[in-house]
Order: sequence, then C-alpha cells, then structure tokens
Amino acid sequence: MNLKLKIWRQDTSDGSGQFKHYEINNVSPDSSFLEMLDMLNEQLVESGDQSVAFDSDCREGVCGMCSLTINGIPHGGHQGTTTCQLHMRSFSDGQTITIEPFRAKSFPVLRDLVVDRGGFDEIIQAGGFITCRTGSAQDANEIPIPKPLADDAFDFAACIGCGACVAACKNASAMLFTGAKIAHLNSLPQGKAEKDRRTLSMVSKMDEAGFGNCRNYGECSAVCPKEIPLDVIAKMNRDFAVASVKGFISK
Amino acid sequence: MIIDAKIPAGPIAEKWSRHKFSNKLVNPANRRKYHVIIVGTGLAGGSAAATLAEQGYNVTSFCYQDSPRRAHSIAAQGGINAAKNYQNDGDSIHRLFYDTVKGGDFRSREANVHRLAEVSANIIDQCAAQGVPFAREYGGLLANRSFGGAQVSRTFYARGATGQQLLLGAYSALSRQIGLGTVKMYNRHEMLDLVLVDGHAKGIVTRNLVTGEIKSWAADAVVLATGGYSNAFYLSTNAVGCNSIATMRAYKKGAGFANPCYTQIHPTCIPQSGDHQSKLTLMSESLRNDGRVWVPKDAADCEKPPEQIPEEARDYFLERKYPSFGNLAPRDIASRAAKEACDEGRGVGPGKRGVYLDFADAIQRLGESAIQERYGNLFDIYERITGDSAYRKPMRIYPAPHYTMGGLWVDYNLQSTIPGLFVIGEANFSDHGANRLGASALMQGLADGYFVLPNTLPNYLAGEKPGIINTGLDAFQEVEADVNAFTEKLLSINGTRTPRSLHLDLGRIMWEKCGMARNKAGLEEALRKIPEIRQEFWANLKVTGEGKQLNQELERAGRLAEFLDLAELMCHDALDRDESCGGHFREEHQTEDGEAVRLDDDFAHAAIWEYRGAGEKPTRHVEELDFKDVPLAVRSYK
Ligand SMILES: Cc1cc2nc3c(=O)[nH]c(=O)nc-3n(C[C@H](O)[C@H](O)[C@H](O)COP(=O)(O)OP(=O)(O)OC[C@H]3O[C@@H](n4cnc5c(N)ncnc54)[C@H](O)[C@@H]3O)c2cc1C
Ligand code: SF4
Ligand code: FES
Repeated sequence: MNLKLKIWRQDTSDGSGQFKHYEINNVSPDSSFLEMLDMLNEQLVESGDQSVAFDSDCREGVCGMCSLTINGIPHGGHQGTTTCQLHMRSFSDGQTITIEPFRAKSFPVLRDLVVDRGGFDEIIQAGGFITCRTGSAQDANEIPIPKPLADDAFDFAACIGCGACVAACKNASAMLFTGAKIAHLNSLPQGKAEKDRRTLSMVSKMDEAGFGNCRNYGECSAVCPKEIPLDVIAKMNRDFAVASVKGFISK
Repeated sequence: MIIDAKIPAGPIAEKWSRHKFSNKLVNPANRRKYHVIIVGTGLAGGSAAATLAEQGYNVTSFCYQDSPRRAHSIAAQGGINAAKNYQNDGDSIHRLFYDTVKGGDFRSREANVHRLAEVSANIIDQCAAQGVPFAREYGGLLANRSFGGAQVSRTFYARGATGQQLLLGAYSALSRQIGLGTVKMYNRHEMLDLVLVDGHAKGIVTRNLVTGEIKSWAADAVVLATGGYSNAFYLSTNAVGCNSIATMRAYKKGAGFANPCYTQIHPTCIPQSGDHQSKLTLMSESLRNDGRVWVPKDAADCEKPPEQIPEEARDYFLERKYPSFGNLAPRDIASRAAKEACDEGRGVGPGKRGVYLDFADAIQRLGESAIQERYGNLFDIYERITGDSAYRKPMRIYPAPHYTMGGLWVDYNLQSTIPGLFVIGEANFSDHGANRLGASALMQGLADGYFVLPNTLPNYLAGEKPGIINTGLDAFQEVEADVNAFTEKLLSINGTRTPRSLHLDLGRIMWEKCGMARNKAGLEEALRKIPEIRQEFWANLKVTGEGKQLNQELERAGRLAEFLDLAELMCHDALDRDESCGGHFREEHQTEDGEAVRLDDDFAHAAIWEYRGAGEKPTRHVEELDFKDVPLAVRSYK
C-alpha cells in the first residue's frame, strides 16, 4: 500500500508544533499501524532526519503505553482496539492519514506524539488501592466472591490507563478511568472498608490534576479500547454522593 | 570471583524458616535511614518496592515506561501457580517443588525452588486481598486450571490477563506507598550504569528519557528487577523496550552472569508475517488445554485449506509422541516438535513456518460459548492480528523467544557476586534451571518481591552504616563521565545503519544459530559474525537528533549495544555447555528419536561468567548443583 501521512511534529513541551507531510510506499497490509510508523522512521533516519517520537511498549494492547489520535479519533476508532493492535489492512491504498498526539490540557505534549499522562498515576496514588500490607492477608478462599461479581470486577479492572477517554472528551474528563478503578475496588468485599475514603480522595485528585467534568457526551466509552461501560461514571457519582453525605453527617 | 550460594543447612523443608530466623533484622526506627534503589516496577520490582516501603525503608524506584503500571509483566496471559491444593488433586509444596526441579531439567538450585513453592500459597492470598479479580467458581471460591506440563490443577488466573491483573495489584500497593511519600518513583528514567563504592553496589546512573539529563543516585543497596533479555533475538514476545542494559552493566562491573544460553522458546505464538514485524505475539499456552496441535501427515497437503484435510491425514504429533502429556507437553518439547514438523516440510501458512492449533473438537464437546468464556480475548487478539477467526478455522502457531532462564547469578539471599547488588524476577537466574514451567515466572517474580527479598535484604543492610553514600563521591563522577562519553560516542558515529536494521541482523543470527536447536559449527559461526555486527555498529551506526532531548533512536542504539555483547555471551555459554538440557538443545546430544540428552557427570552445574574486558573471552565459573530431594532422573514426558 502507498500512503500519505500528515503527522504532528513538536520539538519540546514549551515549543509549538506543526503538521508535516510524508509519503510512505510499499506498506504491507499485514503490518500494524506502529510498524508502519517504524518503517517511516527508518526512512527518516536514513535520510538524516529525526524520527517521529511516539510511545509504545507491549504492542499487544495491554500495557496502555501507545496513544495517537488517528484521523481525529484516539486509537483510530476501531472497536475495542488500541493503536498498536490496529493493522494496515483497515486502511486503503492511497489514503491520507492524520496522526496527532492525544490532545488534552492535562496531557501536555513532550515531543511529537508523546504526551505526559502522569495525572493518572496521581489519581491511583490518591486511593486506587486496597490497603493490605504484604503478609497480612487471610486465606484467599475465606472471602467467597460470587462469580458474576468477580466477572464484573474483572471487566472494570481491564482498563489499561491509556488515556484515550480523556483525549476523546471535550472537557478532558478522566471520569471513565477513575470510575473504572472505583467500580473495580468498591464492588469487591475486600474493598468495602475504604470505599468512601477511596471515592472522595480519587475524585478530588482528579479535579486537582486538571481533568474536566463529565457532561455525558459518552465519547470516552466509545473510544475505550477495553470497552469500559459508561455506567462506571454513574456508579462513581452515586458512591461519591453517599460518601459526601456520610462525611457531612459525621462532621 | 567467589561463588558461594550460601544455602542454609538443614532439611530442605526447614531451610527457609531457619534462615529467616537467623537473619539479622533492622530495628523499625532505623529503617527509614536506609535507602534502597529498585530498578524496575514489574511484578518483582513493584512488589519489592511496596513491601520494603511498608516495612519502613526509603525506596527510590525507576522504570523506562511512562508509568510503573506498564512493565512487561502486564502482558502475561495464562496464570500463576501456587501449591494451594484447592482442587484436592494431590498437590502440595513438595509436588510443586518436585515438578519445578524436574521441569527445569535438573539445572536449578533445590533450596531456592523449595522456598518458591513454600511461599507460593501466600502470593495468592496477598493478591486476592488486594482485589485481584481471579477467576471464580459459582460457589465463589477460586478457580484453577492445569497449565503447560503440570498434572495437577494449580494455576490461578484472571481470564487471559493474569499478568495484567497481578501487576495492577502490585502497582496499587506501590502507588499507595508513592502517595505516602515512602517510595519516590521516577518514570521515563533508564538506568545506564551501576556505581560501586569500595566494591559494594551503592548507586546508579540514569538518563532521563524526556530531557536526556544524565544523573547519579546513591543508596545503601541496589536491586535490579529489570526483566529478561529475549529481545536479544530482536523478534520475541517481549515488549519492544525490554532490554538488558542494567544486567549487562552490572556484569561488566563484576556481577557473574549465569547460564545466559538458557532461553525459552514458547510453542504457541502467532507466526511472523513479514520483515516489517516488530514483535511476536504470544497465544497463551492455556489454549493447549483445549486445542489440539497438528500438521498434515503428507507435505503435499500443506497448501490445502485445513477443513479439506480429513482426520486420517492429520498428524497430531504431540499426542502421538507423548501419549501421557499429549498437547500439554512442556514448552521446550512442544516447540522442538513443531520445528521438526516444519523442517520436514509439513508446516502450514506463509513460508510453511506454522502448525495448527485446532479447537474444533473442544467447541463440539463444550460449545462455542464455553470456549469463548475461557479464551475469548485470545481469540480476539488472534483475529485482530491475522484477520482469521479461530472459532471457524484452526489457529496457526509457531514457536518464538519468550523467556530467559539465565540472568545475573544470585545466592540464596538473591544477592549477586557484587555485595549490595540484589537481583530479582526474570533478571536473575535463580529458580527455573534450564526450562521454566508455565505460570511459574509470575510466581517467582512475586515470591522474590513480596516474600524473599524483604527477608534477605535487611540482613545485608544491618551490616552497613546507613546514609554515608552520596553522589558527590568520585565513584559517581567517574561513572557519570563514562555514561556521557558513551552517549556522545553513539551520537557521533554518523554512519549509515539504523539501530533497528543492525538489531535485525543480530536477531537473525541468534534465531538461526542460538535458537531452538544449536550445534558447535553454528555457534562458532555466530561467534564470528556477532563481532562483525558489533564492528559495523561502532563504525557505521546512524543516530539522528541529540543527547539532551527525547530521542528514541538513541535509546534503541544504547540497548542494542548491550544486546550485542550479551548475544556473544549467550553463544559462548551455549558452546561450552556441551550437552542438551531443557531449553538448551545441542543437536550433538540427542537420542535416536530426537530427545535431549543431559550429561549430568559433566554439567550438573550452573555456569557463571565473569567479564574480562571488551573483546576478551569471559571466564567460566561453576556452581555445582546437588540433587538430594529430587534424585536426578531422565525427564520423560512420553
Ligand atoms: C507475552 C508473555 C506472556 C507471559 N505469560 C506468563 C504466564 O502466563 N505465566 C507466567 O508465570 N509467566 C508468564 N510470562 C513471563 C512473565 O511475565 C515474566 O517473566 C515476568 O512478568 C517478569 O517480571 P519482572 O518483574 O522480572 O520484569 P518486567 O515485568 O519485565 O519488568 C521489568 C521492569 O524493569 C524496567 N527496566 C528494564 N530495564 C530498565 C533500565 N535499563 N532502566 C530502568 N528500568 C528498566 C522496566 O521499566 C520494567 O518496569 C509471560 C511473558 C510474556 C512476554
Ligand atoms: S477507561 Fe478505557 S480509554 Fe480510559 S484509560 Fe482506561 S482503557 Fe483507556
Ligand atoms: S503498546 Fe501496549 S497497549 Fe499499545
């Protein structure tokens, strides 16, 4: 396949960037999107230019490191698919593809297509855990967990922390990401003790880290490669309301 | 180099508890005065950092990704072993110990393996308490499955994403400590060298991958948890960033490197589709519980669509050759059998480098929805990559480099030959001998990080005066200068070859000459060719951009520089280990029907390599291995 690429180039986080145009020929339809970019980078380096910086690691859809907004859609708009899992057979010969970083105020661009998603780690640090020191756990079978509950918990825990939800949202809201972790931990019996505390501190950290509010556009869930459902946001709002009321009463 | 494994005295089942008791402790009030550097945030590093911080030590952690949650442990699919015997099928600590020693083809250290089996049950408890969503039965109790090479059901799993869920558990414990300020986390920092002060590991030098800043860090002890080196083969199931810089720099500073030639080739990966390929994707071998492996009996049938090949024209070669284990034969055996079938011209798919993994029988027996419940996400991955549905036609699979049993040598305390340098997880050589059983790496990573290191590192610290090391010392300035010079050199060659193209050359040689099957002539050839590539690298490398910026070409070049040296070490080790064992198959040593032949009289030892300087052949030392509790026997899976 032969393709035209329009790629965002930006040298540093303080500098401004611009689109540059490239052409790439003889791309195998069996190659992945990132392998196509690898190929472009080989060409660029061979001709003395700097390669296009982009994030990736596992290249199998689970680490959450890859990003990219492809033709305006984070991860390129194929259901349940990260950028690294996207294959060139989904594109057509001669097509022009526009490639940008994830765009969000709270995800500053570091270089070219690489952004800083550190805000997500801060949200988890605020409460995305169950406190249990190593060595303090009881036998794992002492808390039976009904299979449907365990299955739901897994679905919520499947989030890979990629940030596509934020990039897709007009308000750069991190509610889907935060809601998924809260739904995972709050739904399990092990997580009940810290439920209120967890919800309140994760939500307040989310605001503090500069993520916006949810206006129910639903763009987040639509681009989520792990298909985290919008319900997690409603659940989080409910848990938040309960926790706030309890906190108010106990004051 | 002195090799002393420091195995505690006493009966095997009592060694660990006696050892823990005899270890020196650090008073809780003094712990915060000690500073520990941990490089890596995978299952091993993440769990170790969280646990040591909980105990009160001051921890600084590093990873090259943008978040500790992305370490490659995240990609493990199949599961984690533990001797819980929840299934009442005869499992026990002793059986897990026995299976692991035998599975490792009698090339691991019994005492370590027994300890691993002992702590395995606690790992599951710990992870369940953290909220890891393990698979459950309808009664709410934990579910198990049997996994590659085991005859009991002792594998715990979380759908096809066990590594992800375990890592997110360790990450949550780590994040809690970061939030509390007891762990300082530096993402996008790559360790480029180790710093020794008076012969002890006391710090590291890193490159900030965003700004390019080179910086020193001092501590009372250093822990490497930097994962495996399968990317020496270029194409492997590892993440594209996985590298051996940390372990190789430690090796060059005096840490012994043990058994570098022990690499595991995983039998069930998606075959390569072309030269553009940047990595290979594993299909969990749990698939072999329900899938049947076959190729056409007749090479002439290979081009036909599989549904047109009748039952009697198919060769279910694993079931035929290994009737009692069948499709669940251990990895090395299954991989080699697949290679043989393809070498005979009976492979399927592009280049005839693939075999079928067929679910038709299982779908008929259990129904499509049961198969979907078990393997849905794996079937999805397969379809995304190949465009084919494994519900409709058999998968095509082929072996790929996957795991490295070799690594830095460590004693029973997980300390390397450099005092103060501890190595955990896949980065060490410790528990798997010449072959790792499925679902045992996750177990080992978490055993090391949650339960072993936190009990052995304090014994070292207790003998050190805390907080006297600082980065102002000459030792740090010298190493920093070396690192700067190294980086400058990579940038200044300005030749014509990209790091990727050179890595591809190296990978081809390694896969052909030091891959699934090795022989003397091939290894000698590799030992001639690798230095040529290295010469080409240092003479003709091209890295664009500068040092003080985010520069992924520079990162790639730095990683390749160490892989070139490691690949050579792997070949030396493979050549000098003139026997077959586990993942190391020397064609000269096989039975008439192609089974590996071990030479216990000459090789029942770990080989430990000591660096002698660039271009010099390293020195080979040995640690003799005693098999008292699992008597040496021929590993037979017939
Ligand atoms: C596809 C796949 C599937 C697998 N499935 C299973 C399974 O089902 N069951 C099982 O038991 N095992 C499985 N394994 C093996 C197992 O996942 C690994 O052996 C294990 O997770 C390794 O953990 P680790 O903590 O040692 O290293 P990793 O998780 O690889 O972590 C390495 C860490 O070191 C950091 N690092 C590396 N180099 C540097 C450097 N120079 N500077 C700074 N940081 C550095 C990285 O950032 C990362 O944080 C699988 C492996 C693969 C590849
Ligand atoms: S919720 Fe979905 S889109 Fe958002 S970070 Fe998680 S996986 Fe990515
Ligand atoms: S690179 Fe890991 S999810 Fe894409």
